[in-house]
Amino acid sequence: MTSSGEAVQFWILAVIAVGGALGMLLMRKAVHSALCLAATMLALAVCYLAQGAVFLGVVQIVVYTGAIMMLFLFVVMLVGVTTADSLKEQLKGQRIAAVFCGLGFGVLLIAGIANARLSHFTGLAEANAEGNAQGLARLIFTKYVWAFELTGALLITAAIGAMVLTHREHVKTPRTQRELAAQRVKDNIQLPPLPAPGVYARHNAVDVPGLLPDGTVAEDSVMATLRERGQIRDVSPQMIRRMAELESTTADWLGRPPSARPPVTGPRKALETVPKKAAPRQAAPKQEEDEA
Amino acid sequence: MNPVNYLYLAALLFTIGASGVLIRRNAIVLFMCVELMLNASNLALVTFSRMHGNLDGQIIAFFTMVVAAAEVVVGLAIIVSIFRTRHSASVDDSNLMKL
Repeated sequence: MTSSGEAVQFWILAVIAVGGALGMLLMRKAVHSALCLAATMLALAVCYLAQGAVFLGVVQIVVYTGAIMMLFLFVVMLVGVTTADSLKEQLKGQRIAAVFCGLGFGVLLIAGIANARLSHFTGLAEANAEGNAQGLARLIFTKYVWAFELTGALLITAAIGAMVLTHREHVKTPRTQRELAAQRVKDNIQLPPLPAPGVYARHNAVDVPGLLPDGTVAEDSVMATLRERGQIRDVSPQMIRRMAELESTTADWLGRPPSARPPVTGPRKALETVPKKAAPRQAAPKQEEDEA
Repeated sequence: MNPVNYLYLAALLFTIGASGVLIRRNAIVLFMCVELMLNASNLALVTFSRMHGNLDGQIIAFFTMVVAAAEVVVGLAIIVSIFRTRHSASVDDSNLMKL
């Protein structure tokens, strides 16, 4: 029999552990499953600590919750974060059968434990007399030293195996920048840099295409992703005038002074050539005010 | 409270893990279920160690943890390499042994 404190602790931890395990089983997203499993592992670590296995409790937190669950989360982020579990059954009735198998197995296990004669608990007070970690170390390095050495071999094999499995061979050597440039010249599609977006248009946002000298849209100036999605903004004169009207009504509503309003631009006119002898020096700051 | 309750908890967790292996389709979640089963057996081993008053059970639980760590490393590497070739983490999709 144990103290009532341990009983209270056990029931709280058991609820957390079973809840976490069920959550892991029932959550559809792998990330949620991983977090539920981490909660279960933490509850189990406290169970170990309560049972006198201090070293194992700490190792459980450090190795399982710290290392293994983080590894799981890394792989979930790499692989499975978009792939929710499919509910389609490949074998008909397999899920129902699995649930029944699980229930039967659980009943069998629990009935087996209930039938065993487990009345006497020695407790670890004597075995832990010189400290839990010291006692474990004594056993590991004397009685179980051979198994311990094999563990080292296993870990090295696992590390090498993981490296071999995730290593990717290049089928051919990756092309260098010089080769890519030579290829561009050879293909003769676009030698200079691509035009920048929005330079000659009203806005300089990335989805506003630049305009060519004749007023048509330069599709190259918008990045390929937006082009693929069809998210190029319409910059026809009508659209721009509508936007300017919208902005001016907003300015009216906000009570902005006329100098703070964006200019209303019409359709593009031909470029005006500035007379050479005109433009005295005093006119320059005034012009800036007009533009503002 | 009788410490046997820890064994019942371990049995329950092992059962949930085993059912999860049968029910779930995502290879990563399948692996998590295997980890849960290993954890449940660890809890049982720690309880047995307390029952018998010696530390051998805890040693075996320690070795189980080491093996579980090695298993997770290799298993997740296999899952990642399968995902690279198949673009799927579902165990239903990989029905051929060759990559």
